[in-house]
Amino acid sequence: MASAANTEKAQKALAEEQLGPANTLWRDAGKRLLRHRPAMFGAAVLTLVAVMALFSDAITPYDPNGMDFSDRFANPSAEHWMGTDDFGRDIFSRIIVGARVSLQVGIVAVSVATLFGTALGLAAGYGNRITDEIIMRAMDVLYAIPALLLAIAIVAALGKGIGNAMIAIGLVYIPIFARIARAAVLGIRNEEFILAARALGAGNARILALHVLPNVLSPIIVEITLSLAFAILAEAALSFFGLGTQPPDPSWGRMLSEGRDFFRQSGWMGVFPGLAILFTVMGFNFLGDGLRDALDPKLRR
Amino acid sequence: MNYQYVVQRLLLALLVVLGVTFVVFMIMQIVPGDPARVILGPYASDESVQGLRERLGLNRPFFEQYFRWLAGVVQGDFGQSLLSSQEVAPQLWGRIGPSFELAMVSLLVGLAVAFPAGMISALKSGSAIDIGATVFSQIGVSVPTFWMGILLVIVFSLNLGLLPPSGYTPITEDPADWLSHILLPAITAGFVSASIMTRFIRSAMLDVLSANYVQTARAKGLAERNVIVRHALRNALINIVTIIGLQINALFSGLVVVEVVFSWPGLGRLALNAVLERDYPLLQGTVFVVAVMVTVVNLFIDLLYFFLDPRIEYA
Repeated sequence: MASAANTEKAQKALAEEQLGPANTLWRDAGKRLLRHRPAMFGAAVLTLVAVMALFSDAITPYDPNGMDFSDRFANPSAEHWMGTDDFGRDIFSRIIVGARVSLQVGIVAVSVATLFGTALGLAAGYGNRITDEIIMRAMDVLYAIPALLLAIAIVAALGKGIGNAMIAIGLVYIPIFARIARAAVLGIRNEEFILAARALGAGNARILALHVLPNVLSPIIVEITLSLAFAILAEAALSFFGLGTQPPDPSWGRMLSEGRDFFRQSGWMGVFPGLAILFTVMGFNFLGDGLRDALDPKLRR
Repeated sequence: MNYQYVVQRLLLALLVVLGVTFVVFMIMQIVPGDPARVILGPYASDESVQGLRERLGLNRPFFEQYFRWLAGVVQGDFGQSLLSSQEVAPQLWGRIGPSFELAMVSLLVGLAVAFPAGMISALKSGSAIDIGATVFSQIGVSVPTFWMGILLVIVFSLNLGLLPPSGYTPITEDPADWLSHILLPAITAGFVSASIMTRFIRSAMLDVLSANYVQTARAKGLAERNVIVRHALRNALINIVTIIGLQINALFSGLVVVEVVFSWPGLGRLALNAVLERDYPLLQGTVFVVAVMVTVVNLFIDLLYFFLDPRIEYA
């Protein structure tokens, strides 16, 4: 028995010597990503936002909903880094808690879109022509309705609130993932390794999960990152319209819609939530572009 | 020319519109519980809820409801607004014009910025201008549209007093006034379009510049100006038409927000009012008309593409 294990180990060592360490695609991509300056800037911004979201209770200097009517519309100062709003609430504390809302919405919505969209795209690309036609025409239909308008309509039907907003944002992004996954599958479905797996007796589910999916992951990972940017913008817009986060919970979009009437009195109320959205979304966009360059060296410019 | 493609493309557009009628119909069906109860609120009497159910046809079987709704849509009948009890259709027709005008002017603003920006950054790839354009387009795709709209109003309307902060004048009444009202919303929506298109135009142009026929044109000694205008640009234009099509969905998404911020009397603002008033028939009609507009614009672009590029044979 011991000798068999040794032989295996020796074979593996030999393979590594000849082919280099395993998973070189991901390792190379990681190296390229680390050298991509905008992507690293994006990652740094997002790390900061994630820390704000995860430890918000510990780092908020004030109660984000605590009002102080003697100290309204304060300018940024040592006590209130970003000033106070029309109820005398600390804007910095509300921005920190808002990060949690934005990331939660992004993660849930994009998970919905990724799971359903990728599954539909795999089925369309790998299945027969009729399956493909039905799925993709349905996606065309969803894509004909502007994403934000469809999300608004779905929230209108399901009822306003942050949970339904997450579902709505996720649903409208399903066609994007379906299209990307399908295109990737069509590119590889007739490759020899798929044929080989089939010849070895693998069923469709096994081929899809073990052979197709790993090979279409990179465009999907890129799209996940870019969709997170869209989801955060969409949540901000929905909350701005009063359909997302409900009072008194702070979200960046709601802070802008509530503060709208006071922007001329106290510009800070309008500046900081907007910058928070801008930088977070930009972080995801930069990271997504970096990932695209890193994972597909052929497309590099 | 192979006109079979044109016919196929028309049929596909019709199929999409048919599908949209189903999606739009489903808006009222996915309301949790009884839509009539949700619309009227918890204090309405059972009789009035029952009355509304009958008025909306909610007590009929699912498919009968859908086909009745579809039959109405085909005849241009979207039912009655719940709030005003007026027909939905006439309210929609008056909104199409302003929305379409805003969409087109936004697209023009976007192209006016993106075309030169994309071209120059491709021709001077790696230069300060290129980097500047990249940063600009990253900000453009990341900035919340409503925030940018509000900031523009504060700066250009309230502080500088240059342009009106909101409102609309029909172009037939006073073209100058129409222009002064449409500029800020069109710049807001156009900025996002410009950012998306700049990136695409840049890479379309880079693709063409490295093509063999451009190398050949250079090799035979043509002036760089001629190489770019007569060989590169002509071929890049075809891709640029596709690029406009790719961001129509995003453009109309942005318009919903912009119309609300600038009180523009278009379909987007009507949709949001319908949502806030729980006026489902009005919402359904609005979403349907917007989807038809997007489909028609996309159809137009695809056909334009077909006529511009004789090389492509569509199966």
